[in-house]
Amino acid sequence: MSTPSDGRHAFIAMNRFGLGARLGDESPEDAKGWLLEQFETYEAKPAAMTDLPSSAEIFVAYREDGAEIRDLPEVKRARVRQELRKRGQKLYEAEIGARTLSALTGQAPFVEHLVHFWANHFAVSADEPLTKALAGSFEREAIRPHVLGRFEDMLFAVETHPAMLLYLNQNRSIGPNSIRAKRAAGRASRKPGINENLAREILELHTLGVRTGYSQTDVTQFAFAMTGWTVAGHDGSDEAKAGVFEFRSQFHEPGARTILGKTYAQEGVDQAEAVLSDAARSKATATHVVTKLARHFVTDEPPTSLVKRLQSAFLESQGDLPTVYRALLNAPEAWEAKAAKFKTPWEWSISALRALGSTTTMARTAKQLGQPVWRPQSPAGYDDIAASWAAPDALVRRVEVAERLARKADPTLDAREVARALIGPSLSETTAIELARADSPAMAIALLLVSPEFQRR
Amino acid sequence: MMDRRNFLRGAALGAGTLVIAPRMVFANVETARRFVFIIQRGAADGLDTVIPYGDPALAGLRGPLTIDPGDMNKLDGLFALHPSLERLAGFYRDKQSLFVQAVASPYRERSHFDGQNMLESGGLRPYERPDGWLNRLSSLLPKSQEEAIAFSPTIPLALRGAAPVTSYAPSSLPEAPDDLLTRVSALYNADSELHALWSMAMENRGLADAASAKQDPASVGTTAAEFLSRPNGPRIAMIETAGWDTHATQKQRLANQLHGLDQMIGALRDGLGDVWKDTTVLVATEFGRTAAANGTGGTDHGTASAAMLVGGAVQGGQVIADWPGLATGNLYEGRDLAPTLDLDALIAMVAAESLELDREKTMRALFPGRPFNHKITGLVGA
Repeated sequence: MSTPSDGRHAFIAMNRFGLGARLGDESPEDAKGWLLEQFETYEAKPAAMTDLPSSAEIFVAYREDGAEIRDLPEVKRARVRQELRKRGQKLYEAEIGARTLSALTGQAPFVEHLVHFWANHFAVSADEPLTKALAGSFEREAIRPHVLGRFEDMLFAVETHPAMLLYLNQNRSIGPNSIRAKRAAGRASRKPGINENLAREILELHTLGVRTGYSQTDVTQFAFAMTGWTVAGHDGSDEAKAGVFEFRSQFHEPGARTILGKTYAQEGVDQAEAVLSDAARSKATATHVVTKLARHFVTDEPPTSLVKRLQSAFLESQGDLPTVYRALLNAPEAWEAKAAKFKTPWEWSISALRALGSTTTMARTAKQLGQPVWRPQSPAGYDDIAASWAAPDALVRRVEVAERLARKADPTLDAREVARALIGPSLSETTAIELARADSPAMAIALLLVSPEFQRR
Repeated sequence: MMDRRNFLRGAALGAGTLVIAPRMVFANVETARRFVFIIQRGAADGLDTVIPYGDPALAGLRGPLTIDPGDMNKLDGLFALHPSLERLAGFYRDKQSLFVQAVASPYRERSHFDGQNMLESGGLRPYERPDGWLNRLSSLLPKSQEEAIAFSPTIPLALRGAAPVTSYAPSSLPEAPDDLLTRVSALYNADSELHALWSMAMENRGLADAASAKQDPASVGTTAAEFLSRPNGPRIAMIETAGWDTHATQKQRLANQLHGLDQMIGALRDGLGDVWKDTTVLVATEFGRTAAANGTGGTDHGTASAAMLVGGAVQGGQVIADWPGLATGNLYEGRDLAPTLDLDALIAMVAAESLELDREKTMRALFPGRPFNHKITGLVGA
C-alpha cells in the first residue's frame, strides 16, 4: 500500500475532483499538476468501450426488431417482445459496466468525473426501451469526445445525437407549412405539427438557463427553426444513413425566425445551427453552465467570486472547456479544506469500489441507491445538492450496500490503514475510534465506507 | 427523556392493538386525520384526466388523442374521468372523490422545474423559498405524532424545511445486521446532519416489515397505508409520481400512468381500513398541457390542469370548476386551458379542513402573500 504524503491537497484532488482515492495508488505530490496531466492521458474511447455498438447500429437493430414483431402472428408477439426487452436491458447493463470500468480503472478520473457531469447536464432518461438502449452510446459519442473540447461542439454533438432527438421528440416535429404538411393536408388522420420539447429544453436546460429572458414565442420560433432535425431511417427516409442525424428539408417550416430579438433568415439546417451557435456563446449560457460546474465540484451554493472567475474563463476562451477547468483548479475556493459536497449515490458507490480495489459493475445497486444510471426521469438530470440525496432512507441503503461490499472485499484489508490512505489527515477521531472498535475486518470496512468523511468530498 | 414513540411502537408490534396515548396539552390540536399529497411530476394532462367531453371544442383540439366518450367514466353533463380511473370513478359514486378542473399554481411560465419548485415551495417566484408547504403544514400539527413522511428514499422539496420529516421506500437490498446499525449510530454521533437523518431512519426500521419490497404503484399505496394506519403514525405523507410529460404517444402512456395512479390510491384505501374515513388524498401537478394535440401524438407544456381529492371525509361526487371553455378565444395565450382557480388556495383549504386546522392561518403559513378563496371551502367534511 502506498504511503501518502500528509498534503491535504492531494486528498482533495483525488476525492473531490477525481472519483475517489484508489486502493494502492500513490497520492500525488503536486495535486493540481496531477489533475491537469489527466487532460493528456484521458482516453475518449477506452478499451472497455471498443466492443459496444454505435448508436446507428443500435437504432437499426431496434427498428428491425420492431419490423420482426409486426410480421409475427399475434400469439407470438408477447414472447418475442419480452426477449427483445431483455436484450435491451443487457445492452444497457453492458454500457453501465463499461462506464463503471472506465471510472474504476481509467488513468484520468478527473476527466471521467467531468464526463459524468456533462452527461447529467445534457441528460437523456432511459425510460423508453429505445432511449434505454441508446443512453450509453449518447455518452460515448456526444460527451466523451468533447469533454476536453469546446462547449459549442459538445452542444452540437448532443442536439444531433439520435438519443436526444428521440428522447425529446424532435424527430417527428413538422412545420405546419412545410412540404410534408402540405402534402398531408386533408388526408392524414393526424395533422402534422411541431413538438417544442427539445427547443424549450435547449434554451432552459442546455444553454441559457431558465428565466434568462426568453419567452414562449421564442421557444415556439426556435421549435419552428428546428423542424427537419431528425434521425434518418425513422420514416422511410435515407436508408443508407439510418440511425444518424439527418436534416429533412420536407419537415422544415419555411421562412425567417426571430428569436430573442435577432432575425434568422437562413434556409434549412443552417437556421437552427445559427441559433445554437449564438446560444452557446451567450453570457447567460456561460453563467448557467459554470454555476452548475462550481456547484458540482465545490459547494451547493457556489460563491459569486468563483462563478465570476469561471464565467470570464468561459467567455474569454469562447467556451474552451479545459480553460474553464483550469480556472476552477486555480480558484482558492475549490481547495477549501472542508468537504462541502455530499456524494451522490453514483459518486459514493464508485468511490467505494475504488477504495476496495473492486471492479464489480453496479447497474442494480445504482437503482437501489436511488440513482439509476442515465435515468433521472427528467431532462434536467439528477439534482446536485445535498438536500436531494442526504435523507434517512438513502443512508440506510448505503449502509446495506456497504455491508455487502465489505463482505466481498479482500479480508486482509485493514480498515485503519485503508482510511489513512484514502482519507488522509481529515479522518476524524470518532471515525478512527469506531474503526478500531469494529469486531471484524469486514465490519470496519463497512463503517469506513459509510463514515461522514467518506460520504462527502 | 422517555421515548414515547418507541414505547408505543413496541406495544403495536407486540399486541397488534393499540391504546391511543393519553391526550396531552399542545400548542396545536391533536387530530386523527391524515393528509396525503401525491405529486404528478412532469405536467399531467388535466384535459385527458377530467375530460370536458361536453365542451364542443374538445374533439377538434384533441384530434388523434380523442377518447371515445362511451369508454369514459361520466361525472356529469360536462366532465368525465379517463377510462383508466376506475377506482376513482367508484369513489366518486360513493361520494368520496371530487375533481377540480382549470386549476393552476401562480406560476405562468412553462418550465417543469420552476413549476414544480413553485408548487412545492409555495413561493411567489421559483427558488424564492428553500422550504416546502407540506413541511410548514407539518409544523402546524402537535409534535405528538411521528414526523411527516415521504415515501421515497429522499425528501422532496414540498417536505423540506424546519420541521423534522422522514422518508421510507421499500428496498430489495438485504438488510444490514443490527450490530452494524448500532455502530453507524455511534459513527454519526458527532456529525449533526447525518446524526439527525440516521435517527429518523432507525425509527422507521421495522415498521414496514410486512410491506412488500415491490415498488409498483399498488405496493407503494399498500406501504403508505401501513404507516398511516398506525394510531400514532405520521399524519402527513407525500408520494411522488413521475412520467407525466407526454409529448408523444400520449394516448397509451397516459392510460398506463393513470392506471398506476388509480391502483395506488385504491391500494391505499384498501390498506387504510377504518382510517380511510379520516384520510384525504390530494393529487396535483405543476401545470397542464396544451389544449391542442401537437404534431407527435402528444401535448406540449401548458397552464391549467386538474387536481383530485379522494378520501372518506371528502365531500365527493362533485366537480369543482369555473369552466373557462376551450373555444380559441378562451384559451390562455391562445393555446392552454385558462386557469380559473388557484391551486395554492385549494391546497391550503383542503389541507386545513383535512387536518382540522384554521383555514386562514393555514393559508398564511403555507402560501404567504397569496389570496384566500372562500369559494373553495367545505370540500372536506368535519
